[in-house]
Amino acid sequence: MACAASTDLAGAAFDLDAAWRLAPQVQVRPERFGALLYHFGTRQLSFLNSPALLAVVSSLATQPSARAACAAAAVPDAELARYGRALGTLAASQMICRRDPV
Amino acid sequence: MTAAALPLVEQFSYGLDAPICLTWELTYACNLSCVHCLSSSGRRDPRELGTAECRAVIDELQRMQVFYVNIGGGEPTVRPDFWDLLDYATGHDVGVKFSTNGVRITPRAARRLAASDYVDVQISLDGATAQVNDAVRGPGSYGTALRAMANLAEAGFTGFKISVVMTRHNASQLGEFKALADSFGAQLRLTRLRPSGRGAGVWDELHLTAGQQRQLYDWLAAHGSSVLTGDSFFHLSGYGAALPGLNLCGAGRVVCLIDPVGDVYACPFAIHPAFLAGNVRDPGGFTRVWRESELFGGLRQPQSGGACESCAAYRSCRGGCMAAKFFTGLPLDGPDPECVQGHGERALATADTAAAPRPAGDHSHRTRRAPVPVELSRRRPAGLASAGHPPVSACNPDPLAGFTPPGR
Repeated sequence: MACAASTDLAGAAFDLDAAWRLAPQVQVRPERFGALLYHFGTRQLSFLNSPALLAVVSSLATQPSARAACAAAAVPDAELARYGRALGTLAASQMICRRDPV
Repeated sequence: MTAAALPLVEQFSYGLDAPICLTWELTYACNLSCVHCLSSSGRRDPRELGTAECRAVIDELQRMQVFYVNIGGGEPTVRPDFWDLLDYATGHDVGVKFSTNGVRITPRAARRLAASDYVDVQISLDGATAQVNDAVRGPGSYGTALRAMANLAEAGFTGFKISVVMTRHNASQLGEFKALADSFGAQLRLTRLRPSGRGAGVWDELHLTAGQQRQLYDWLAAHGSSVLTGDSFFHLSGYGAALPGLNLCGAGRVVCLIDPVGDVYACPFAIHPAFLAGNVRDPGGFTRVWRESELFGGLRQPQSGGACESCAAYRSCRGGCMAAKFFTGLPLDGPDPECVQGHGERALATADTAAAPRPAGDHSHRTRRAPVPVELSRRRPAGLASAGHPPVSACNPDPLAGFTPPGR
C-alpha cells in the first residue's frame, strides 16, 4: 500500500494545511516521554519526544489537516512552527504521509 | 512534562518498560568456528529452548510491543524450526533481522525471504577478500557468504546487510566492502570487535590500532547514516562530533540478549554471570526479568564515570563499552580499552590483565583446527588374540573382541 502522494520532502517546508496520516507499516509504542515509532518497510526507528506530539500524530488520520490535529491536541499557536518541523522530519523519513482529504 | 524535558538519551539510560529491540541467539550450534565468536559457539546446548518455548517468548515480545528482534547464534538457520519461528514472529508483529554466515541461504530460501516485508538479513563477512575473511571465519566461509549474497540479490532482496566486524586486517578494506555492498544493492554494517567469547583470546592481536580507529572514525563521519554501525563505535565520538546513532550503551536499558538456553544478559557481548539478569523460563518470563531484575535495575541508575568524568570527551564517549572494559580487566568506571585519548592503553599497561574475567559458557567445537597426527598400529595386544582371528581394532564394538577364554 502506497501513500496517497509521494513528494520529495527533503528540505521542503511541511504543509500544515494538508491532510496526513501515519504511514502503513508504521507501528507506534507509547512511552512516558512520548512514543517510539517503527517503520517495518524502511526498518527505521523514530522517536516522538513529547506526549503532545504523539497526540498530534495519532489524530492526523481523523483531522482534516495537520493544523487541525495540532489544535485538537491544544498545541499553542506559538509552538506551531516547532510542531511543523517535527512533522516535517517524520514525513521525510516516511513515517507519516499525505492522504486524500476527506 | 518533566519527563519530556529530558533529552532522549537520558530517557533511555533510565530504561524503558520494554526493550527497543533485543538480540536473541537461537542456538549455540554453528557450522563455523570463527576465532572471534562473541558467544563461543559451535556445539548445540541440550538445554536450548524448544519450539513451543520460543513461540511463548515471541508472544511476550508481541505483548511488550518489541518491534523487532536481532536473531543470531551460533548459526540460527541450522535450527530445524528456524523458518517456522521466523513466520511465527512476523505473524505476531515482531519483525526479524537475522544474522547468518549464509550456509542455508539457498536460491529457494532467498526467494522466500525476499517475499517478506518483515524480515531483514545480515550476512557476516569479516574480509573483503577470501584471504582476510577466511583467516578469521574459516576456510570456505567467504565463498559461502558471497554465494548467499548472490542468491539474495538474484531473488530481488535489496537492502540486505553485509555485516563486518572491524579488525586490524580488514580495516584497510573499507572501500572494498562498500563497493561489494553497492554491487549487490546491499547496505554495509560495521561493528566493533569486542573481547567477548572467543574474541577475548584474539582481541590483543585483532583489535584496531589507534591509527586505524582514527581512519575508521573519519570514514564513518564521511559516510553518515548510509553505513550502519549498530551504534557500536560511540567510544570514537571522543574524536569530535558524535557519529549517527544514539551514542549510548543500551545494555539492560533499551537492549539485552536472550541466549539459546533462555538466559537473559544485559547485552550480547556480556555472556558472563556478572551480567546475567535471569531466565525466560523463570516465573513471570522475560517480561519480569526485563522489568524487575536487580541487575537491570542497577544499570538504569545513574552510572559513575570515575576518573573519566573529568575528561572533556566524557560527554560524548560516556566511558565506552562495558563489556570491552570487563573482559580486558579494566574497571567499569574507567576508560574503554580503546579510549581515543589513549587512557585505555595506559590503563591496560598497568592493569592485571591476567586476572580479567573469562567469558563464560564455552560451546566451541571440541575439534582443533590444526591436524592432529595419529599413529595407526596393527599390532595386537600380546596374549589376547588367537590364530585365525582378524586383528582387533580400537573401533570394535564387541567388549570381548579378541578375548579367548582360558581353557578353550
